[in-house]
Amino acid sequence: MEKLKYQKLVNDTTPKPKKMKHSLIAFISGGLLGAICEILKLILVNVYDMKITDASSIIIFILVIVACFMTAFFDFDKWVIKFKAGLIVPITGFAHSIQSSALDYKKDGLITGLGANFFKLAGSVILYGIVSAFIFCLIKVVFYG
Amino acid sequence: MTIIYSFLFCGFICLIGQIILDNTKFTPGHVTSSLVVLGAFLGMLGCYDKIINFVGVGASIPITSFGNTLFNSAYSGYLSGGFIGIFNELLCNVSLGICSAIIFSFIFTLLTKVKD
Repeated sequence: MEKLKYQKLVNDTTPKPKKMKHSLIAFISGGLLGAICEILKLILVNVYDMKITDASSIIIFILVIVACFMTAFFDFDKWVIKFKAGLIVPITGFAHSIQSSALDYKKDGLITGLGANFFKLAGSVILYGIVSAFIFCLIKVVFYG
Repeated sequence: MTIIYSFLFCGFICLIGQIILDNTKFTPGHVTSSLVVLGAFLGMLGCYDKIINFVGVGASIPITSFGNTLFNSAYSGYLSGGFIGIFNELLCNVSLGICSAIIFSFIFTLLTKVKD
């Protein structure tokens, strides 16, 4: 009985996240990022006569550099807290996770700190990406030929 | 017109991520990993390439495209070199994202002061 009461008290007092507002912010910020990149791609393709694949490679490259730079020298963490999934889900989140774990563990030395913890957060993305791509590739080969 | 499609698609993926983050106890690591798996699955079904053709760069920015690219390079590796070809070419096309992130974050980390 005591436990149930306590649980109810905890549930009542923990602040409820404003879900609608958060998802709206994530939708608009992520969408704006996509729209800006699409405008950049149109400029690169139409003005500088690039292929579409080259243009998208350059855009991903720019995004990664900007995310690493902002995390290292400015407060990108604040932006991530503000815009949430709008910055975590695009490729900026991947760069941000690598850069922030590198910054956090630099104090333990270059090998045991920086080298050992470099992929602490981004490692899961690489691991499950490779494993799932391999398995889906085998499935496609077996069933579709 | 592709600008509007990019806005809608990229925002939609971010919206899915945010809904998972808010309603469950998953961390951002869970969300990004599962989105990568989703992207590889959509790549297997063949829809993600059509989406990229239709939407534009707005579909190559989210992390789902990482999984799709991994799957595509694995499959093209199988077509060109058989079973060993999968291992040969799996990381070919995503190497841009991974290598640029590694090299630039290493340089920027060396340039900053040690945090307490």
